[in-house]
Amino acid sequence: MGTFADNPLLHIGLIHYLTVAILLFTLGICGIFLNRKNVITILMSIELMLLSVNINFVAFSVEHHDLVGQVFSMFILTVAAAEAAIGLAILVVFYRNRGSIAVEDINQMKG
Amino acid sequence: MNAIIWLVFLPLIGAMITGFSSAYISHKMAQVITSCLMLVSAMLAACVFYDVIIDKHTYTVTLMDWIDSGKFKASWALKVDSLTAVMLIVVTWVSTLVHIYSIGYMSHDPNVPRFMSYLSLFTFFMLMLVTSANLIQLFLGWEGVGLCSYLLIGFWYQKPSANAAAMKAFIVNRVGDFGFALGIFAIFVLFNSVQFEDIFARAINYKDTWISVAGINMHALTMICILLFIGSMGKSAQIGLHTWLPDAMEGPTPVSALIHAATMVTAGVFLVARCSPLFEYAPAALTMVTIVGAVTCIFAASIALVQNDIKRIIAYSTCSQLGYMFFACGVSAYSAGIFHLMTHAFFKALLFLGAGSVIHAMSDEQDIRHMGGIWKKIPLTYLLMWIGSLALVGIYPFAGFYSKDIILESAFAAHTGVGYFAFTMGLIAAFCTAFYSARLLILVFHGNSRASEEVQHHIHESPLVMLVPLIALAIGACVAGYIGMHMLHMVDPESSFWGDAIKVLEPHLVLEKAHQLEEWIKLLPLFAGLGGILLAYIFYVAIPSLPAQLAKNFNPIYKLLLNKYYVDEIYNILFVQPAKCLGLFLWKVIDSILIDGVPNGMAGLSSRLAGRLSKLQTGYLYHYAFVMLIGMLGLISWAMVLTGWAWTGK
Amino acid sequence: MLIQTILFYLFAALTIIPAIMVISVKNPVHCVLCLILTFFNAAALFILLGAEFLAMILVIVYVGAVAVLFLFVVLLLDIDMTTVRQGFLKYLPLGLGVATLLFVELFMVISYSLAPKFHPLPASIQIADGAHITNTQALGAVLYTNYLYPFEVSGLILLVAMIGSIVLTHRHREGVRKQNISSQVARKRSDAVEIVTVKTGAGIDGNIRG
Repeated sequence: MGTFADNPLLHIGLIHYLTVAILLFTLGICGIFLNRKNVITILMSIELMLLSVNINFVAFSVEHHDLVGQVFSMFILTVAAAEAAIGLAILVVFYRNRGSIAVEDINQMKG
Repeated sequence: MNAIIWLVFLPLIGAMITGFSSAYISHKMAQVITSCLMLVSAMLAACVFYDVIIDKHTYTVTLMDWIDSGKFKASWALKVDSLTAVMLIVVTWVSTLVHIYSIGYMSHDPNVPRFMSYLSLFTFFMLMLVTSANLIQLFLGWEGVGLCSYLLIGFWYQKPSANAAAMKAFIVNRVGDFGFALGIFAIFVLFNSVQFEDIFARAINYKDTWISVAGINMHALTMICILLFIGSMGKSAQIGLHTWLPDAMEGPTPVSALIHAATMVTAGVFLVARCSPLFEYAPAALTMVTIVGAVTCIFAASIALVQNDIKRIIAYSTCSQLGYMFFACGVSAYSAGIFHLMTHAFFKALLFLGAGSVIHAMSDEQDIRHMGGIWKKIPLTYLLMWIGSLALVGIYPFAGFYSKDIILESAFAAHTGVGYFAFTMGLIAAFCTAFYSARLLILVFHGNSRASEEVQHHIHESPLVMLVPLIALAIGACVAGYIGMHMLHMVDPESSFWGDAIKVLEPHLVLEKAHQLEEWIKLLPLFAGLGGILLAYIFYVAIPSLPAQLAKNFNPIYKLLLNKYYVDEIYNILFVQPAKCLGLFLWKVIDSILIDGVPNGMAGLSSRLAGRLSKLQTGYLYHYAFVMLIGMLGLISWAMVLTGWAWTGK
Repeated sequence: MLIQTILFYLFAALTIIPAIMVISVKNPVHCVLCLILTFFNAAALFILLGAEFLAMILVIVYVGAVAVLFLFVVLLLDIDMTTVRQGFLKYLPLGLGVATLLFVELFMVISYSLAPKFHPLPASIQIADGAHITNTQALGAVLYTNYLYPFEVSGLILLVAMIGSIVLTHRHREGVRKQNISSQVARKRSDAVEIVTVKTGAGIDGNIRG
């Protein structure tokens, strides 16, 4: 067993945070195409992906001692909030018109 | 000089006027315009003849430049020499008489202006042919008369048999024209010119030239002459390309008289005579001409022995007589051939127009088995038919005697193998000619009537407008021979009648030798003719049951002759059916399936492809997202591979 | 140091496991609640990194606004808590396989990019390690000066989002009385007052009562 600082599992570095970010991102992607239930899951998966990107930005910002990562992360937050609002509004109107938000029923754009 | 130009173009003017106004012009007007213009043409032809023959004035009138492309020059030019002058007389006079005859014959037809216009148009093209100064203009006239022949044979176009006959005539002619065209190309390759003056003057320089075609070495002039003769064979219905002539009888009788007796079919003989300077240097070609002419002569005569349609008998007779003309040219007696052409025009046209009279009298009946015993009712026609037949058979002093005799004498006097062969064939054919002519006369005019009561009731003599041309032709049939031989000295070896129009080389001067033959040879044709008439008398008057008995005993031969040696059937199997099959194949398989298949297939393919591709759009969001993911993975993998990702990790 | 490690693994696990639950539980309300848990623990991770302002903003905005919005919509819509539909299990292995592949590739890219030969870009805004200013102060120093323009634009984005949602979901409802100010203002005397001469004892409609 090497020194504490050399052990990659024990000494938390950038890569650990990035791994978390990647994992969240992959989970978000899974959520989009594996779900057959409803559209809200898709929107929540998008939020997960945005969160993972945020973690990524902040981790790098701390690594490079550069504040621009955190500033950008704030803007991502803003945009995520706006996009969630609009997405949910569309969903509500869609539900009003169609009566169902099951993803499998939405195939009117079939070629 | 102007006369010749008017002469050639007046018929064209008549044709154009009547042709373009055929819908509104009255029948009388059409007949009058065309016939009058033709009459003027005929008189001008007499003037030109006088000018050329008596005053010895030969000339060429150039009208306009036509083609001038590098070495290939051709202009519209009218060449007038003795050969032209003789042909002009024949063509214009017979055409005028046929025009006048048609006024009466076609009076009940609803399409008279069209008919008269076609007749005049034909005359124009024939005149163009005989007055041409270069091969291209001659070819124009050649094709033009072929076209008019098609239009006139198929004049009653509602009849499918007439349509078929017209097409047959045109297509069989085409085969000959193919050879003719190749001949013209060969002449241009050799001489670099298509003007007659150039070619004939320089022919002697090429008399030993050999050229190589597709690896085969050939004597140039022989090849050219054979190709030109193939054209003649087509136009003049010689054996092999003769099948169109009997079927051409589907057209009205004046057409048969003008085109298929006097003028168009003689264009082939005219070509050979015109190109005599070339043929003289190609002895092999001359031999071929002789053999073909002789064989046709006997072939056609044998078929005519047993035919039952009055017009067909006369048609085969024409074919046979053309054979005579050709083998006369073949033994270098071109003047004899043209002499016979002239006399033949008269008596053959007379026979055809007389047959037209008979058909008219018998209410459009053409089968001689349904005629008989009408000589008392139409005596003038009967007399005129006798005159024509005697002239054809060659009985003294009618026209055919002089011309036929000189031909047979020349053939014998050539003292070559083919010459003797031609003489023998010609003699036998003369016998046959006499037999079938007499047979025709006896069966049509004598004996008991085999027609129905109603037809017999209607038998009447033709109107004057039809009889006058017949009489005029009969006069020609009587005196043309005498005039030609003794007054114009057409076939006199020392005469200067022909001048430079016909060239005969020294060893081929058969006409001189012909006059030196023994008497018995000169009288043989006459006896053959008389013998034939006698035999016909025996067969049809003395022992009427004899023909039927012979037909039964020699049934295969009878059938062979009756069916024209089955040549039409053979051609059908050899050429027509394969061509039809090829056409059908090319249409159904190559065109419909292959060539249409390419664009149709492309359209179908793109349609199917699009259909399949459109199934990618399922409408489901998760499918789209998944595909995007796959794409992203692909890009990342590719980028990693591209940057040479080493597997060491960090 | 060790406590940092333990805390990191704890918060990381608590981020990832609810994330898995978000996409797999049946009850949509549970989904949203798991999402909230994920956000909270992500905020904790941010605090570990030293970006505490961002962490608080995350909690206020994401959890307080966005997740509550999700919850409202989930409760508003009649969502079927259906069982997994046909065909889901058929595509699961493929989907999971592709996702795993994606994770592996991304991981490879990240670990490669952190190799020593990778040259980091020069920092645009440097903070000395030894400076003792809070995250809030640091952000505040740059946000309204260097990044003023993006800040204002993000404000506009929020405005547009607000207008958008109202426009999308607004509908005309029958029976609701509204004021039409312009027609009120445009009213004339002739529309409101009518002078009628009334006979004595007669009503306005002209009938004499009696």
